[in-house]
Amino acid sequence: MTVIEAQNVSKRYIIDHKKGNAKSDTFREVITDTFRNMFTKGEEDEVEHEDFWALKDVSFKIEQGDRVGVVGSNGAGKSTLLKVLSRITEPTQGKITIKGRVASLLEVGTGFHPELSGRENIFLNGAILGMKRDEIKKHFDAIVDFAGVEKFLDTPVKRYSSGMYVRLGFAISAHLEPEIMIVDEVLAVGDADFQRKCLGKMKDASTSGRTILFVSHNLTAVQGLCNKAMYMQKGQLIQMGETNLIMSNYLSQIQKTDLQVTYTDQNEAPGNDRVRLKSVKLVPNYLDNQNHLDVRTSFKIQIEFWNYLDQANLNISLHVNSLTGECIFNIGTPSIKFEKGIISAECEIPSDFLNDGSYSLSFMIVKDTASVVYNFEEALIFEIEDYREGTVWYGKWPGYVRPKIEFPIMQLEYENAI
Amino acid sequence: MQETVIEAGRSEKHYWADIIRFRELLWILAVRDITVRYKQTMIGVAWAVVRPIMTVLVFVFAFHKVAKIEDTSGVDFKIIVFTGVIFWNFFASAFQQVSNSITGNANLVSKVYFPRLLMPLSSVAVPLLDFFVGFIVLVPFLIYSGISVDYHLLFVPVFLFFAFMAALSLGIIFASLNVQYRDFQQIVPLIVQYGFFICPVAYSTSSIKELSWYPFYTWLNPLAGIIEGFRWCLIPNYPYFTWDSFLPTIIFVCLTTIIAIIFFRKRENSFVDYI
Repeated sequence: MTVIEAQNVSKRYIIDHKKGNAKSDTFREVITDTFRNMFTKGEEDEVEHEDFWALKDVSFKIEQGDRVGVVGSNGAGKSTLLKVLSRITEPTQGKITIKGRVASLLEVGTGFHPELSGRENIFLNGAILGMKRDEIKKHFDAIVDFAGVEKFLDTPVKRYSSGMYVRLGFAISAHLEPEIMIVDEVLAVGDADFQRKCLGKMKDASTSGRTILFVSHNLTAVQGLCNKAMYMQKGQLIQMGETNLIMSNYLSQIQKTDLQVTYTDQNEAPGNDRVRLKSVKLVPNYLDNQNHLDVRTSFKIQIEFWNYLDQANLNISLHVNSLTGECIFNIGTPSIKFEKGIISAECEIPSDFLNDGSYSLSFMIVKDTASVVYNFEEALIFEIEDYREGTVWYGKWPGYVRPKIEFPIMQLEYENAI
Repeated sequence: MQETVIEAGRSEKHYWADIIRFRELLWILAVRDITVRYKQTMIGVAWAVVRPIMTVLVFVFAFHKVAKIEDTSGVDFKIIVFTGVIFWNFFASAFQQVSNSITGNANLVSKVYFPRLLMPLSSVAVPLLDFFVGFIVLVPFLIYSGISVDYHLLFVPVFLFFAFMAALSLGIIFASLNVQYRDFQQIVPLIVQYGFFICPVAYSTSSIKELSWYPFYTWLNPLAGIIEGFRWCLIPNYPYFTWDSFLPTIIFVCLTTIIAIIFFRKRENSFVDYI
């Protein structure tokens, strides 16, 4: 049965651009704006209106029991779509038909009042999310237990730690029993242990036949939780279908441009009168059906540069850095005497080595193993996606490296040994 | 199974039914406002008693003792002021709360759906409670002044209803405008401040009855009728209220209510885009 059907849904926002001196005196601006707005048809030519389509012709159908992950980069229209579906804002065009009771969790702890106690806020938040008083009473103990705030039930939530606040918020929403659940980025908060609890709860909800619509930047969570996915870009629905397919298309889309930097004109290439960069390439050895870099993929790093030095002993020192700038490892080529011309170097990074995350490559060209000829900083930035199987934990895998090291475990002795 | 259709400009057919369905939320929002009001205070709800008494004492001093305003009907001036003050306080704070109700609940507006009308409705709870407390405090004053109320007392709910609707409808109009233009946030306190002097709060109409423009007064100031009506309920033979002079109030309240509802329904779906 189709529970959500969207037909050509569009949402337009109008953005005002002010002409002329943009940094004009704010007080004056306020006054003139007020008057212009109160008596429209004033000097409207001073303001330029631009249409911005946050959603454009989005159509889809969601069946009962589907768990649909919505992915897309920032500004793709994911949140707008959820807002339209939860009736917070109206679409400009199009029509959506929803069958069943909807609960939207666009935030944890919506409407919590800082002055009220945890107990009072459970009832307040529950009612805001559409629960009846009896339902809240029925689940009260479970909520308190799930959030782990028994001791602080009568403390105003303004005195809660942020972790407690979030846990209580999620605990309430987790005990909603709607037919359709709309969830936005709830998992971006809380520690790993709590995230695990949340995802477990959502999985429970879906096995009981509930339909879930889930927006998250945690792609691992989407992969683990959802059976279908929607890929959005610039307000449009690019593709909808089975999760793994959509995911790999989406990931290859966002990775595509980043994997190489090439300069054809020597005058524009970074460097100096002794060396100039020709290209840095990252060449993945994809497994079957793979079209993006993840932790399983081995890849080559190829560097080419123009050398204007004659008879110089040169080597390359390559740094792979995390995005926060810490060096993860540093490797160097042997130092060899070169003629003028194009020099190339290549190394292979094995599979199951770097953890998922963003990395940057920096390298220097060194003369006589001692003096730096040129330092190419952040020559290439790339991302490695997560991949895991055989686990129901979707939190961020810690560490910079993720080696696949045999780690057997077994039962040594039985009960009679205790 | 419940089916919802979301479409541009579609005025939700079940809007009024939804309000009934969400009545628990209305109640909880009202309780929230009331509970929060006296949190972290030492004397708590006693403030609801202390404030009107202090106000009355100050006004009696300023208007009666200093400015020498008298009431020609011979009613104790304290009673004139007290009745005026608790009614005006109700109207003024209800109007202010309602006009801030949407912007004050911005976090709800942008995150969950419910009939937006619940926000202005629930925000009248606190002023209403204060009114009832003030009314109880008034009783010993009436006894002290030797006033014995009669069957007119039964009309109090009528005037309360009109004050409620006037505050609510005006407040709703301001609340919807306030979402987009915060200028109205600045205007509301001014209206309340000037209104206090224009309405017969700390004086009765006897003080202006001789003025040539008095006949227009009740037409220009629909609230005057409500306040004088309230006094008429409590003070036997109170001479400054007739149902004729209440007519402008009825017309005014009906008009603003209709305008407020149309205005609000038209704008509520786009609140989130401007808030």
